[in-house]
Amino acid sequence: MRKCALSKLPDVFEKIASEMTLFLPVDREDGRAEYQQWVPGKALSDALTTVKSPKDLFFPQTEDLMRFKVEGKKIAIDDIREDVEPFAVFGVRACDVRSLDILDRVFLTEPRDSYYAEKREKGVVVSLSCEKPAETCFCTAFGIDPLTSAGDVAVWKTETALFFKANTEKGGAFLKIIEELTEDTAGEEVEAVKAKTEKILQKLPLRDVPVNAFGGGKTQALFDRPEWDTLSESCLGCGTCTFVCPTCQCYDIKDFSAGNAVIRYRCWDSCMYSEFTKMAHGNNRVTQKERFRQRFMHKLVYFPENHDGLFSCVGCGRCLRSCPVSMNIVKVMRKIGGKHNA
Amino acid sequence: MQKMTREALLEKARELLSSGKVSAVLGWKKGEFDYDVTPAVFDSVDALEDFVWGDFCGANLSKYLIKETKKHRVLVFLKPCDTYSMNQLLTEHRFEREQVHAVGVPCDGMADINLLRRKAGEGIVSVDSIGEEIKVETLYSDEPVIIDRREVLLERCVNCKSKKHAAFDELLSDAGEDSSSDRFQDVEKLESMTPDERFEFWQNELSRCIRCNACRDVCPACTCETCVFNNPSSGAENKAPVNSFEEQMFHIIRAFHVAGRCTDCGECARVCPEHIPLHLINRKIIKDMNAFYGVFQAGAEVGAKSPLLDYTVSDIEPGAVFDGRDHDA
Repeated sequence: MRKCALSKLPDVFEKIASEMTLFLPVDREDGRAEYQQWVPGKALSDALTTVKSPKDLFFPQTEDLMRFKVEGKKIAIDDIREDVEPFAVFGVRACDVRSLDILDRVFLTEPRDSYYAEKREKGVVVSLSCEKPAETCFCTAFGIDPLTSAGDVAVWKTETALFFKANTEKGGAFLKIIEELTEDTAGEEVEAVKAKTEKILQKLPLRDVPVNAFGGGKTQALFDRPEWDTLSESCLGCGTCTFVCPTCQCYDIKDFSAGNAVIRYRCWDSCMYSEFTKMAHGNNRVTQKERFRQRFMHKLVYFPENHDGLFSCVGCGRCLRSCPVSMNIVKVMRKIGGKHNA
Repeated sequence: MQKMTREALLEKARELLSSGKVSAVLGWKKGEFDYDVTPAVFDSVDALEDFVWGDFCGANLSKYLIKETKKHRVLVFLKPCDTYSMNQLLTEHRFEREQVHAVGVPCDGMADINLLRRKAGEGIVSVDSIGEEIKVETLYSDEPVIIDRREVLLERCVNCKSKKHAAFDELLSDAGEDSSSDRFQDVEKLESMTPDERFEFWQNELSRCIRCNACRDVCPACTCETCVFNNPSSGAENKAPVNSFEEQMFHIIRAFHVAGRCTDCGECARVCPEHIPLHLINRKIIKDMNAFYGVFQAGAEVGAKSPLLDYTVSDIEPGAVFDGRDHDA
């Protein structure tokens, strides 16, 4: 494990930024935080979560894929993807690190998504252990340990110092960059910080959401539950939950026509939208109830069914904070699966 | 704290449900915490157990009437500002008035959980409102944090338009009064900027837009069966912006579409996950309309014609340039 004084953090950022683009959560005027590119003067936010997750850095909200250009009787197809430079994302919480594992399962299995893959290859994920979990946190219900983060490099913060541990080869190379600013340590202080936060984890009000009521193989049992009617009745059909979610991965592919050329791009889509996956025959989910159900069944039943029991919710709590009508996955789970985990 | 008690609302709800005068009640439902209240339909007296009324019942229930009156005769609880939305929806023939029993609830201003978090810190596990104090317990403080309620009100409540119900079948208290708050102050601030400063202000604000459509979907004036932006056949479908300019166009087009119909209920800004002050675009248009055509409040009366739909020979010339400042002064 490597250590550096907290006061040296700006130097650490400067050093990293001299080698690669650095993104990190930065405080905004409205009291929330968002991932921004680091430039001198920007400080790491203490906020627990950002409004949007770091998903954007690997799977942007809009992304140009290719261009078709008509030249006489020929059509030229150009790969117009933007060059990806090596980059690091600093301060990723354990829930968001897990979300990248979930996205990998979608984008890196065949057919492999080369746009996403390139960013995953060139991006170093530097996680940051949680110090002050919020009441909206429930990552532990999904088996995530917010105190021992994964990612390429795990970082712990005490009041005076930062501790770094490489988890991967890429992480090792990253620590080499800041080697001169850090020193070897056994890292005993880390355990004290963890113990303090561990006590809070035991008090989190949502720690026992009933995950066991969900999972692969439960489609028949849960699909026609009458509770979907009341749960979905307040849903506005906006895309807030899906866009702030670190694991929602659906996108649409659209063509932007510019005279004799067409730019094909993709953009995030939301299963909450009425035109989602609209086909020639119309929509396969006609009412908001069906759309609403789809989102939660996907995260809690279909995804684990197809991916070795892995849920595609990470308990980050973003949807709890952002839904305009305060309807969210915790309310769904408790209404259908019972108040506590059995 | 709301002076009107939950019990008073409940009593009315039980009475009307039991007598069969209505078959559903539109109200607010308890969440996992004290602050995450959800609009809900209660179709039986038993279901009312989860009914709540308090400082976090900010959601305007009017728009739900479109959907619910097709299934039920509905008792709806409306705060003064919500009644303007109901009237405007009636003006636009969005539902049958006979299907609604509107109960006017007085409102002492609603709290903004985001402001409360900034004051009380993270980890809010309980919120208790007593008089003008809000007592907050968090995971990180041994003692409850006491917050002045007036400091954490929603923007639209700080700039309350009216405490007077514009429509109701019955009131739970005496009729309120029109408020005298100057809600156009923030618009005036924007008007006093140079065009470049103003452009930069909106660029900065709107650059955060994630195009979730929450502002549109919550808006009681946005009730098209299918929005052009969602309709692949419209030629204007727009799931994502091509660039940030197009993002601004979405908000400006929407503001123009609701101009003269927007009651300034403030739901757009309340629900924006990126905290963009979207209400200021609408409020600027309202202010200009007031200056051009005389004061008009959408939703004050059912059937009133917006000046934008009602030509008179004294109307301002279309080419007139107006910068919002008072040149006579």
